[in-house]
Amino acid sequence: MSLELTRDPAHLRHGSNIGQPLTRRDGVLKVKGQARYAADNHPAGMLYAVIAVSTIARGRVTSLDVDAAKRYPGVVDVMTPSHKPPLAEDPDGKPNPFAFKMELLQNDEVRYANQAIAVVIAETLEAATEGAALLSPQYHTELARVGLDGAESYVPPVVGIGNPAVVQHGDVDAALAGASNRIEATYETSAQYHNAMEPHAMVAAWEGDKLSIDTPSQGMAMAQMRLGGLLGIPPGNIYIRSPFLGGGFGSKGLVSGPQVLGIMAAKLVGRPVKLVLRRDQMYGPVGHRPPTRQTLRIGTDSEGRLTAIDHHAKVTTSTFDDFYEPAADASHTLYASPAIKTSHEAVRVDSGTPLFMRAPGEATGSIALESAIDEIAVACGMDPLDFRLKNYAEVEPISGKPFSSKALRQCYAKGAERFGWARRPLAPRQMRDDDGFLVGWGMGTATFPALMFQAQARAVIRSDGSGVMESGAHDMGQGAWTALAQIAADGLGLGIDQVEFRSGTSDLPDAGIAGGSAHTATAGAAIHNAGAAVIAKLADLATNDQRSPLFGAGNTGVIAREGRLFRRDDETRSESYADILTRAGVAEIEASGGGAADPAAQSSYAMHAHGAVFAEVKVDPELGQVRVTRLVGAFAAGRIINPLMVQSQLFGGMIWGVSFALHEEAVMDHRSGRILNANLAEYHIPVNADVPSLDVLTVDEHDPHVNALGIKGVGEIGVTGSAGAVANAVWHATGVRVRRFPIRIDDLLTGL
Amino acid sequence: MMNFDYVRPLTVAEAVAAASEKGATYLASGTNLLDLMKGGVCHPRRLVDVTRLPGLGRVEYLADGSVRIGALVRNADLAHDAEFVRAFPSVAEALLSGASAQLRNAATVGGNLMQRTRCAYFYDAPSACNKRWPGAGCDARQGENRLHAVLGWSEACIATHPSDFCVPLVALDAVVEIEGKSGRREVALEALHRLPGDTPERETLLDRGDLIVALRLPAEARAFAAHARYIKVRERTSYAFAVVSAAASLRIEQGTIREARLALGGVAAKPWRARDAEQSLAGVAPDVAGFREAARIALADAKPSGDNAFKIELAQRIVVRALTLASAGTPTRIPALPGSPFSSGVRHVA
Repeated sequence: MSLELTRDPAHLRHGSNIGQPLTRRDGVLKVKGQARYAADNHPAGMLYAVIAVSTIARGRVTSLDVDAAKRYPGVVDVMTPSHKPPLAEDPDGKPNPFAFKMELLQNDEVRYANQAIAVVIAETLEAATEGAALLSPQYHTELARVGLDGAESYVPPVVGIGNPAVVQHGDVDAALAGASNRIEATYETSAQYHNAMEPHAMVAAWEGDKLSIDTPSQGMAMAQMRLGGLLGIPPGNIYIRSPFLGGGFGSKGLVSGPQVLGIMAAKLVGRPVKLVLRRDQMYGPVGHRPPTRQTLRIGTDSEGRLTAIDHHAKVTTSTFDDFYEPAADASHTLYASPAIKTSHEAVRVDSGTPLFMRAPGEATGSIALESAIDEIAVACGMDPLDFRLKNYAEVEPISGKPFSSKALRQCYAKGAERFGWARRPLAPRQMRDDDGFLVGWGMGTATFPALMFQAQARAVIRSDGSGVMESGAHDMGQGAWTALAQIAADGLGLGIDQVEFRSGTSDLPDAGIAGGSAHTATAGAAIHNAGAAVIAKLADLATNDQRSPLFGAGNTGVIAREGRLFRRDDETRSESYADILTRAGVAEIEASGGGAADPAAQSSYAMHAHGAVFAEVKVDPELGQVRVTRLVGAFAAGRIINPLMVQSQLFGGMIWGVSFALHEEAVMDHRSGRILNANLAEYHIPVNADVPSLDVLTVDEHDPHVNALGIKGVGEIGVTGSAGAVANAVWHATGVRVRRFPIRIDDLLTGL
Repeated sequence: MMNFDYVRPLTVAEAVAAASEKGATYLASGTNLLDLMKGGVCHPRRLVDVTRLPGLGRVEYLADGSVRIGALVRNADLAHDAEFVRAFPSVAEALLSGASAQLRNAATVGGNLMQRTRCAYFYDAPSACNKRWPGAGCDARQGENRLHAVLGWSEACIATHPSDFCVPLVALDAVVEIEGKSGRREVALEALHRLPGDTPERETLLDRGDLIVALRLPAEARAFAAHARYIKVRERTSYAFAVVSAAASLRIEQGTIREARLALGGVAAKPWRARDAEQSLAGVAPDVAGFREAARIALADAKPSGDNAFKIELAQRIVVRALTLASAGTPTRIPALPGSPFSSGVRHVA
């Protein structure tokens, strides 16, 4: 039985678990080092695989000294283009829009630095590492195409996943020509590479045509489909264990080439194989955030009302596949303007294909848009918050749809109050602290769409009164084990300790992808609906049984709570789950539920989470070093399932915003195309001393349209708004407008 | 290829003998060397582990007022030695501004002196680097070089020395004790590191087998304890190498600078002692005009080696800052953010 609901079913009562700030249920395991991550697994007879990667960005491998590698003691085999198990599908094929091309030794071509060119399999990690070094590859090298000016640009067919590359609403040129105030500014953002604490890992074991793998995954069902296609086996033959991820951020949403190589290596040698990427090997095959160059032209009337937003983004993509960071799309939804145009152009460079990285498009677009809004507010002589309020979008600007809910005004108000924004001087370089540092205050608006994918869950109530909820969800560290279990407990009308929550393996119902900030909403909806369905069955049993005190109430005439069904019209009459099932002689009852977007609601409403971020920075007036000293974020993201997990997600996002504005940058040699700082010493992200006092507020939103539980998701929104707020605060501190991110000391020095 | 001998001698003499063969190198904590080996940058044939050598792990305060620091003393231990901090506060501040707590707990004094440049092209084995492969060329020269040298560089090499520790040490006339095949000798730290010239692969004046056994700071260095600072600008607040740093030490009597010591980090292939600038400060009042003049003199010979002209301006400003803060007096305790501009006020500077 499957039940799909878009409203709270009357026979469930929420609130006993949902909304509680529970700590992570897997926290003790993690603190004790007992949480088993993919690379912690060592099946009997396991070998180690190490990939050899290209040091050139473009060309061909002309020779590999396979014999030297094989002669090394402990090396079992070397997988190369001429010696590998067959694949059922071309890894350069595009079976669906979410399939991206990968390098599985299909030929000798090199298309980016750090691409896998061979795999050495050995009895020990050391021998495999040494074997990989002994391959001493020779290359035919071609001139690498690097950076935003590395090749001719073109208009991409689509951006993101299927978004039009150009969107026009009204006539921006005419509106700009008639504008009383206008700005035009170009912003550059740097390439960022995935650095989840846990690198991509694969432990693969074959048994005939059945495959068992331990690997971090943000989407096990999609991984099964992709792997099944490549390997020529039914997806159901693939069993994935992915109970914990050491961070995903989008890089583990799609299975990556090196992970597949680990599986192929196991096939080749007929023994289980472990393959773990080294930190530097992550800078290429697992997706990244491409560099962007964005030009914004904004016009207003004489009273500071927007008349035009023209947002153009140039991005890089790989030479062999198509993913286009939809940076300009950030201007679609936030500010009311009668004319909005967004457009993209792209350049093919010799890098790995850029892919999803926490708020892909939203983050890059946000820092440019929020900087530009700050600049136009200055041009209008207006406070940046007043400007945003004046241009508040009451309906979604381009589509004209009403918002399903939008408490952004409250976010602005609460955030500004907590921050003390009202005391901000309009002009820059007006504030100093007691020590003489320049102080600046900046703000940005945060937004991220409220998405949903598709998920399934299975619920069970047992005759001892306990419950089970199954959904193959993904805990990337965000707290899915906890938040989804809270939804499960409320869905079953039980305390959380009476519910066995099963998750993290592919034999469970598909929980959809943990991406797009949609996991809690999607898997949560499935869990909620499965709970509702099994309670409905239980209510049927009780209300149709003359021996039950609930007889005749009808299944909407009862409420489930704390392991009992109560008569809605007379709560003194109730019966426990155990009594109902025991009397019926049923060991357990089960039901399934699905979670998916409601197309009717989607076509009627614009659905987004929102927020307002306020930043204080201090800048050394002579040396130009910047430090963020306060960050306040107020967010409205529908119903909050677990305030503690949500706070952590928003903290993490806001810290990434600091990183985006001030620290993070992959430095690529403009000739070789190699990344020069592919390590955590020199690829700078904020350290503790860079992270200020963080203050996160959430604004209640009861959204009856997004989904039955009213959840919007908080995984990515924290990055947006924050980066721009920091950048705007740097301007306010110094009077120097830096339009290249991260902001460097050299960008500020001469202007100070 | 990566096979190597590993020996762990128990006496200095054995160590020197073991390291005197071609391809041998000393291993202390390996916080730098192991990374270089893993990255294919260094390929020693023999590692001579010196961590068990006796007598090199002590800090000795000698009767003449000097201090002798064994080469195996851990960075963190030295930086938290109360007497050392009192006598040589800028050295302690520099130590604590470097790396991370974990690295400082492992890294040794001798190893710090011998750490290699952070030039990305030196670490990137496929790149041309005259340090790694004499005569190969320098890919940094036309590469991504905004953090490279502005003083003392050559067409062959534009790398910088990354140490924080060495900067105040060189300012305070530290001396290095070296045990070698022909016995023990001493050299000024300032002479230990070489400028690249045409032979950037020769980074120090050490000969094969030479072992740094101790570092000495002379008694005279204590005279600056009341006015000594190390200031380091970096791209994040901690765990980052210096973009530019400066160690300033002043001996101020009756409102006049009697003697000044000044050195810069992150600007050259060696910790850069600015002697002419020191001279300009002797006998003048500790004020911003004098500090600016000293800064101008210190960077007078600087020239960009690439996209790094800003470092020349930045270095001058850091010199002014370090001198200003030093003249204001050494803080009673090392700031919570050692070396950071954010650990001290700038009100009196502006």
